Amino acid sequence: MSARERVAGQVANYVDERTGSAKWLKKTLTKVFPDHWSFMLGEIVLYSFVILLLSGTFLTFWYDPSMREVEYEGSYQPLSGLKMSAAYASSLHISFDVRGGLLMRQIHHWAALIFMAAMVAHLMRVFFTGAFRKPREFNWIIGVGLLTLGIVEGFLGYSLPDDLLSGTGIRIAEAIIQAIPVVGSYLSFFIFGGAFPGEMFIQRIYVVHILLLPGIFLALITVHLMLVWYQKHTQYPGPGRTEKNVVGYPLMPTYMAKAGGFFFIVFGVTAFLGAVASINPIWIYGPYNPGQIGAGSQPDWYMGWLDGLVRMAPPLEAYIFGYTLSLNILIPGLIIPGIIFTGMALYPFIESWITGDKREHHLLDRPRNAPNRTALGAMSITFMLVTLINGGNDLLATHFDLSINQIMWFSRIGVIVLPPLAFVITKRICLSLQRADRELVLHGRETGRLVMLPHGEFIEVHEPLTPEKAYLLTQHEQLPALEANLSNEYGVKNPKVIRSKIRSRLSRSQAEQIAKPTANDVKELEGGHH
Amino acid sequence: MSNELVPLSDPGLPEHIHRKADVDVKAAKRAERQVGILFLLSVIGTLLFIYAYLGIDEDAFVFVPVLGSTNAHQLFLGLGLAMALFFIGMAAVHWAKTLMPDHEVIDYRKEQRSKDEDRDDFVSTVKDRAGEAGLGRRPFIKRTMLLSLGLVGISPVLLLGDLGPLPGNDQKETNWKSGTRLVTDPGDRPIRPSDLEVGGVAQVQPELPAGKVRHLDDIAKDSVLLIRIRPEEFNLDAERLSWTYEGIIAFSKICSHMGCAVALYEQTTKHLLCPCHQSTFDVTRAAKVIFGPSARPLPQLAVTVDSQGYLVAKQPFNEPVGPSFWGRNK
Ligand code: HEM
Ligand code: FES
Repeated sequence: MSARERVAGQVANYVDERTGSAKWLKKTLTKVFPDHWSFMLGEIVLYSFVILLLSGTFLTFWYDPSMREVEYEGSYQPLSGLKMSAAYASSLHISFDVRGGLLMRQIHHWAALIFMAAMVAHLMRVFFTGAFRKPREFNWIIGVGLLTLGIVEGFLGYSLPDDLLSGTGIRIAEAIIQAIPVVGSYLSFFIFGGAFPGEMFIQRIYVVHILLLPGIFLALITVHLMLVWYQKHTQYPGPGRTEKNVVGYPLMPTYMAKAGGFFFIVFGVTAFLGAVASINPIWIYGPYNPGQIGAGSQPDWYMGWLDGLVRMAPPLEAYIFGYTLSLNILIPGLIIPGIIFTGMALYPFIESWITGDKREHHLLDRPRNAPNRTALGAMSITFMLVTLINGGNDLLATHFDLSINQIMWFSRIGVIVLPPLAFVITKRICLSLQRADRELVLHGRETGRLVMLPHGEFIEVHEPLTPEKAYLLTQHEQLPALEANLSNEYGVKNPKVIRSKIRSRLSRSQAEQIAKPTANDVKELEGGHH
Repeated sequence: MSNELVPLSDPGLPEHIHRKADVDVKAAKRAERQVGILFLLSVIGTLLFIYAYLGIDEDAFVFVPVLGSTNAHQLFLGLGLAMALFFIGMAAVHWAKTLMPDHEVIDYRKEQRSKDEDRDDFVSTVKDRAGEAGLGRRPFIKRTMLLSLGLVGISPVLLLGDLGPLPGNDQKETNWKSGTRLVTDPGDRPIRPSDLEVGGVAQVQPELPAGKVRHLDDIAKDSVLLIRIRPEEFNLDAERLSWTYEGIIAFSKICSHMGCAVALYEQTTKHLLCPCHQSTFDVTRAAKVIFGPSARPLPQLAVTVDSQGYLVAKQPFNEPVGPSFWGRNK
């Protein structure tokens, strides 16, 4: 035994005698992780959160969360002597008078954008592969919660520098709060400590931004990862992979090195962006003043879809007994986002209600094998894209020489027509892909080689698939549709007959599939060849 | 059942294919060298970082293609940090991929559901223990406990009461009174009609009583846009026309949609445009909404001149300015 081994042994012994951790650690270090590029999306979310914690903490050392009016005396000449809030002045100080301060601000902002983008991508991976199915519904809901809070956290952070652009964003948020029926004005006065903008807002959102929400994130992320750990990772289908096993690399050392290394890669890339790609140059916008505005105000991209919805809303306001109901704000600002996020959170339960499938699933779906789900995803993405496009309507108008009017009408009509269209097209694509899979299994791969038969006809040589490939293309389940349950076995009418009919209708649509080849089909075919 | 529905059988995990470095000592040596070099690149990154921190002037600028003129200090700090981090990552991943075990292993899953007997045990334990606490037998304790727990939550909520004052009339009042002078923003100088040419536009604030300082809260409600066109271009009813003065018309600058500053005036069309969501208002028709999501015109401020010939407000705004709220018309 070398000296080093002896010391390590003593330390391990000391810890284990006090915690009994050896047993647990042994199991942990040999835990198996399946490998796939798409499983790294969640990792990016985690790592960018860590980067946000680190870079954010650095910023707090100088940032002054106060709306107190000060005169700027820092080294950025164009704003010299201007009156501004201490928050804005300290953000300028970080940018110009703290070594590496601008770099850290830019790293923090880029990490926030990557955090949100990776979260959306991760969520799409989980959605399109059906990883949210039983037993992983809790993690899906936690994910939707993290996404929602991420939007809020990003918005609050964006507001902290208190520049003209972010102040305008707060103004709009205040209008949404104020539009809430009955309690809106009270809520707004409580949040802002009086009339907008007041003198309290920055210090209040600061506490939320650096303490409250990061704490909640930390708790939710911990539970999320514990569940992944405990339930074991899902895996993509393939030979040797079943619902009962998990195939992959052991935590120590391979997975540890890959995941740990990947953290540094993500951090390195974020630092690179922070170094070369300017983001949120607050000194250009000037301090916030409610009587001024910069042209072409744009929020960060994860708010763009909301902005686009607000922009395309028709100018509706209703009056009830003399009270004002701002439908033009409430519908795009609260109601539609509310429906989208609630629907998203409930989706696992909706799907399992439609399919009647209450079993555990650990093998992922290939998206084409769940045409309705895939089509629904494409439909939602299309909706988001149309709203996002409208969110940039002023930029599009100037860049492409269109009128804002044209873009607005395109969006108003598009947001209703294009998503269903995307559904239909995607479903068709899925079914054709299924058909192509079936052809491949039954007739093999086209080689492009032609041979001439004795009687002069040319045929293309087909190469049979490997058993592995053929298995991959046929391993999925094809559930039958649920029949409507109109009456029970004694002929008594089912009281929930409408519900049952709706469900069976949805279920039939869900079950539209191209029948996958069975062992018999393949055998018959082989028989035919010989 | 017919055997038609039998699926294709699972051929099992494909055989493991060895990597070059597993079988070839030379390849393994090469991989080792590569990992080492990657770690060294990270060291170079850190050295660059230290050099930039200590050695590059904070206001040194360099020209970089694509980026343009860039602050060298921040740029090289960033590049150094990026290199230092990135290459540690690359080294670890390359090491894992070439030299660490790449045998896929199989682990087995259990159903999440606990075993039936454990579940039954759990239920009976809960029942027993709850019975021992005797809540079911002592309804008085149960009720008072629920009451106290329900009420105790009130205190912290009540404590939030001082977060803000109640709105009162605050949302409906501005500093514009009858006879308040219009003053330039910035500058705080009173204005005569002749100061504004036809086609001109100016941002104004109400003159504040001596000693009162203008806060952002005031600007958020008081900001007014003054626009001058030829009087015959107006298309207003008699009352609104009487609120103008020699072609000068005044509107609240705070958008009636969500409160942005309505800043863009198109002289040719006489349209005011809010850059936030493109609500567009027609100046000649009392800021009627002609495009965009806003549901109401911008409130118009009645203006005239005082005895010294300065522009003043004839009366306060006759409606609240800014975005709508529930009690707006009360
Ligand atoms: C999910 C987590 C987070 C997100 C999405 C986020 C997002 C943002 C964004 C977009 C900004 C504006 C940056 C700029 O352009 O100046 C910001 C500013 C800021 N953030 Fe965060 N942040 C997060 C977590 C944190 C944490 C954990 C801390 C501190 C412990 C923090 C501290 C700060 C500070 C002090 C500022 C103001 C910097 C300045 O004005 O220069 N953030 N945040
Ligand atoms: S705030 Fe002016 S259009 Fe929305």
